[in-house]
Amino acid sequence: MTGQLNWFWGGLALGIVFLLAVWVVKPIGVSTQFVILDGIVMSKIRPEVIQENPDAKSGYSSPISYLDKSGGKYAESIANPMNYGFVFVIFIILGALLSAITKGPAPTREDRTAPLVFRNRFGDSAGKRYLAAFIGGGLVLFGARVAGGCTSGHMMSGMMQTSTSGYLFAMAAFAVAVPVAILMYGRK
Amino acid sequence: MNIIYAIIFGTLFGFVLHRVGASNPQMIIDMLRLKDFHLMKAILFGIAVASSLLFIGMAAGIIPPSHLSVKASEWGVIVGGLILGLGWAVGGYCPGTGVAALGDGRKDAVFFVIGGLVGAFMYILVYGRVKATGLLESIIGGKSTLAVTGNSSYPVLIDSIPGVWVAIVIAVVFALIAWGLPKSTSE
Repeated sequence: MTGQLNWFWGGLALGIVFLLAVWVVKPIGVSTQFVILDGIVMSKIRPEVIQENPDAKSGYSSPISYLDKSGGKYAESIANPMNYGFVFVIFIILGALLSAITKGPAPTREDRTAPLVFRNRFGDSAGKRYLAAFIGGGLVLFGARVAGGCTSGHMMSGMMQTSTSGYLFAMAAFAVAVPVAILMYGRK
Repeated sequence: MNIIYAIIFGTLFGFVLHRVGASNPQMIIDMLRLKDFHLMKAILFGIAVASSLLFIGMAAGIIPPSHLSVKASEWGVIVGGLILGLGWAVGGYCPGTGVAALGDGRKDAVFFVIGGLVGAFMYILVYGRVKATGLLESIIGGKSTLAVTGNSSYPVLIDSIPGVWVAIVIAVVFALIAWGLPKSTSE
């Protein structure tokens, strides 16, 4: 596609970004922030979900066990959304937008609804694609939370640190994703 | 200061994900159905570059090993990876690329992200039960690495060779695979 970097320059740029992030701050990760945004919404509806707690390691606790784990670090991030991890993920949107408006690879109007491979296989119905994207998103984030990270945190950041868990994650993800993609979309 | 870095690195990451084509579900699906290896080559080469420079930087004393954050190996990593793999193929996005695709004006990405928020919420609800199954207990040394990192929090599997050499050998293998893989396969 026009405007797309080739694998060499693209891979180099990707590698440099992951390296700089570790050098200056910490490894890149994304999927945790879906939990943080959920927690922010939950705490708006029911404020008692996040509590200040001087006894907790982070200074915050939650009656919900997942938000309370590791000394309440998720609870702390939910109480203070202006934290590194959350702001990082929000600005991914801006970065992609900047690339799009500076001659990056541009999707057509149809591509913005569904990629060509989906339209060829399942027709032009936007609803079908939106449903697939919704179900896919649910499975991806549920799986990422069971695994404790996603393609960024486990696969890229993990394997660059030579983490054993990064290799386990990558093998498991591709072991399902490849046959399912071939079954669902064919190879034509 | 941390927030400034979050803005810089988040923007850079989104820019590069978009520029390399990772926020395009067509490219993801074509990689997964073994049709077009562009992204696979970029990912492997990206890991090779990042990993070799990271370990060289740590060996040279420039990058502090305390900045590393190694995740634990658990059965959940495998089970979660399998579930994620299913959603990855069905949706054509992963968490980072789905967020980047929002900046590309892709409407399907909105549904992916909303689905993702629901999926993460489901996990918040069932976390206690998942934990009770023992799925989140450590295996293979827990937060282990293949190469010596110099960070004593992380057990090492290959501890007889300096970490920088292990990382460079892995990086060379990854770079060679990236270089050798065909760009695309034809029927």
